[in-house]
Amino acid sequence: MSKLQVSLYRYNPETDSAPFMQEFQIDTQGRDLMVLDVLHLAKEQDNGLAYRRSCREGVCGSDGMNMNGKNGLACITPLSEVVKGNKLTLRPLPGLPVIRDLVVDMGLFYKQYERIQPYLQNDEPAPAIERLQSPEERDKLDGLYECILCACCSTACPSFWWNPDKFVGPAGLLQAYRFLADSRDGATSERLAELEDPFSVFRCRGIMNCVAVCPKGLNPTRAIGKIREMLLADAT
Amino acid sequence: MVTNITNLGRSGLSDWLLQRVSAVILALYSLFIVGFLLFNPGLDYAAWSGLFAQTWMRIFSLLAFISLAAHAWVGLWTVTTDYLKPTGIRIGTQLIIILAIFVFLVWGITVLWGA
Amino acid sequence: MSNMRSLSFDAIIIGGGGAGLRAALELAKSGKQTAVLSKVFPTRSHTVSAQGGITCAIASADPNDDWRWHMYDTVKGGDYIADQDASEYMCSEGPKAVFELEHMGLPFSRFDNGRIYQRPFGGQSKDFGKGGQAARTCAAADRTGHALLHTLYQNNLKNNTTFLNEWYAVDLVKNANGDVVGCIAMDIETGEVVHVKSKATVMATGGAGRIFASTTNALINTGDGIGMALRAGFPMQDMEMWQFHPTGIYGAGTLVTEGCRGEGGYLVNKDGERFMERYAPNAKDLAGRDVVARSMVMEILEGRGCGEKGDHVFLKLDHLGEEVLGKRLPGIVELSKTFAHADPAKEPIPVVPTCHYMMGGIPTNVHGQAIMQDADGNDQIVNGLFACGEAACVSVHGANRLGGNSLLDLVVFGRAAGMFIEGALNEGIEYLEASESDVESAMKRITRWNESEGGETVPDLKRELQDIMQTSFGVFREEKNMVEGVKRLEELRARIDNAYLPDKSSTFNTARVEALELDNLMEVAEATAIAALERKESRGAHSRYDYPDRDDVNWLKHSLYFPADKRLGKRDVNFAPKTVEMFEPKVRTY
Repeated sequence: MSKLQVSLYRYNPETDSAPFMQEFQIDTQGRDLMVLDVLHLAKEQDNGLAYRRSCREGVCGSDGMNMNGKNGLACITPLSEVVKGNKLTLRPLPGLPVIRDLVVDMGLFYKQYERIQPYLQNDEPAPAIERLQSPEERDKLDGLYECILCACCSTACPSFWWNPDKFVGPAGLLQAYRFLADSRDGATSERLAELEDPFSVFRCRGIMNCVAVCPKGLNPTRAIGKIREMLLADAT
Repeated sequence: MVTNITNLGRSGLSDWLLQRVSAVILALYSLFIVGFLLFNPGLDYAAWSGLFAQTWMRIFSLLAFISLAAHAWVGLWTVTTDYLKPTGIRIGTQLIIILAIFVFLVWGITVLWGA
Repeated sequence: MSNMRSLSFDAIIIGGGGAGLRAALELAKSGKQTAVLSKVFPTRSHTVSAQGGITCAIASADPNDDWRWHMYDTVKGGDYIADQDASEYMCSEGPKAVFELEHMGLPFSRFDNGRIYQRPFGGQSKDFGKGGQAARTCAAADRTGHALLHTLYQNNLKNNTTFLNEWYAVDLVKNANGDVVGCIAMDIETGEVVHVKSKATVMATGGAGRIFASTTNALINTGDGIGMALRAGFPMQDMEMWQFHPTGIYGAGTLVTEGCRGEGGYLVNKDGERFMERYAPNAKDLAGRDVVARSMVMEILEGRGCGEKGDHVFLKLDHLGEEVLGKRLPGIVELSKTFAHADPAKEPIPVVPTCHYMMGGIPTNVHGQAIMQDADGNDQIVNGLFACGEAACVSVHGANRLGGNSLLDLVVFGRAAGMFIEGALNEGIEYLEASESDVESAMKRITRWNESEGGETVPDLKRELQDIMQTSFGVFREEKNMVEGVKRLEELRARIDNAYLPDKSSTFNTARVEALELDNLMEVAEATAIAALERKESRGAHSRYDYPDRDDVNWLKHSLYFPADKRLGKRDVNFAPKTVEMFEPKVRTY
């Protein structure tokens, strides 16, 4: 069994003047490991290798990275799904500043998330029990609330690459629509007013990279379309 | 809301609408012209100039020119804000685009209503 | 030392999971200078992995549901060493806390009448065990923890909580009087070490399932708060009590919610027999988790396990149909396909009992105040130190936690700690400032790693620790094996104390974090091992071949582990709830 050839993006600002690719030979013992397991094995060869990880089951969103050219979560991506010709190339999520190795600075991504006011707004006094919501109203949140903020989508989006400071990006917009679609939220017009400029929503060009890479199978492009429909209905 | 922007409408929604409405007009205009050419195989100057002598055709054409100008401006403005990051270069390029669109538009009107 | 930067807060909350964020929210709303210090971005905390739901008597599925029934289940589930005052507080305050979450926006699933969806979970009953199975677990599909954690984070954003994200708390700082007055913490991104001063330090650091080789826990669950408190000399309670979840995916360890069985799934052995009918004729697959886990191991040991090696059993869900699976258990379908290569709509999921939850932890009262014992064995409050969530042992879980009670624990006691600290800050808190030598002693550990010049490395030592725990302190325990385990741990501690950190760089040095985590795993493992060896009975999750029976004469007690002399003491269980009559210990059957 030949060893898996793993090419890893390396950069430590303290010692490296520029990033470089480092080759590792990883003995998978023929198992169909997850990419994260391969990283653990590489880290045993080089203790200094840095990457984020937490839940290792695809719900915390820590280990988003670029695997053989496609963004995804290392912990739920089996080698059989990405490896071609016994070679695996791992790079940090594109478009965000690299802190070290596979760790990127997610500051801009989080800033765009915070900008859409990602929390329920309702000025009505709360009842003594829960606010009622029909199953049909609740169904509208499916496909939206499940986002894990891994940034795979936004960092696969050319519009986000060019204007990460102005375009909210697919992840933030998915959450914007999650609150617009919630029957319990009372800030619809304020939310829409914040989004109607030429960048926040409208910089989406429908490229749909976000849909192609979302590890949770969500569809930000559809949510963006719904926001546009709401803006249109609101303005006309 | 992103406020540091300099497009015409200052609204993404109006840009977006404009882009789609203008595209529909341009599509209709193109279809009409192509259709006209197909149905008039031996087209000569008289027939062509006769078409453009009619007021409805002049209005239709003007509408198409304005749509083209608007469509081009919104599209190119977007492209410059995507790819041209240094402010000076971006504004310079946008000025050239505006000037060019203005010249083509005025020229178009002169062609339609001129001599 | 003198050039070290310091930060000052009214309250510092260590840990950004459900408990920490709920406490932070309470304090942020009150306008207190609060910061949440978390080694991961808060929504990456392990609360996010909770699936099935939050158990609470909100009287939605059953309009006549009563929190006292929930309290009864909790006390019985904990095999009668859950404190009854704390259980009373949790179950009676619970509905308020759950409705608050809903008002904050948590996307609960719904019944047709618009109320929150509740599903049956293990160990739930109506009418104090006499009215049959209850459905008391409020759920957002099978992603309740994710929905809860994100909702809490979002509401902290709304209330402008200060976050120190990707900061790692190294050790507690105590003043000359022994009060906790802050901690030493490291900004992981830059490597800067900072002295964080605080009038209240809240340990919301979660569990430590990573002491076992096979666990449902996230890689970050390394018991950092427990380690810090033990090194500061504070006792730990009920550390022998580790829950093994019946349904961890075989081989991968990832969790499959008890909600699967709540929705009608059941376990089968290699003969296709629904074996839980034999072990728990009434509750069957919805008996307490300890009971189900033990029954599974019995099946495997008696040769009725599934697979080539006969070392697991199957969880059957296919009879539920694709619609129920898609609507109620969509996350499980995903996980099963990814980690077991089995589509639950067509084939059963291979499962095995897997370490899941630490019932023990820092002993606290219902306000989250940490407790130690004075020389005469009386409870004594630790000034400045608080704990909530899995890191704390209030204790509402006793010897075995009920499914869905951990999320309730997080929000009820996170909120309670926040409220109490707010009140205490309003009254005014003044502690002696830490001296330079106090700070220096809290720096000892990180300094040692930074100056290490050779020796064994972290991954090998960690593997060995996990192997010891798995071998000697699993579902079934016995003296000889545990004595051996304690001995091996003792040797391992000496090696860890001399271990080597090869990478000394500052920027996002995950190797340094893992080294610091290893110390904490070691502390937790040793406390667990000694407590397990000393508790000479079987109760709840602590099950011994050599002492197969519950011993209420000697052990209707909390165990209290003292790190200074590695001694196991005892502490009285509370049997004095305020508004209901106490529940007498009875034989526990399902």
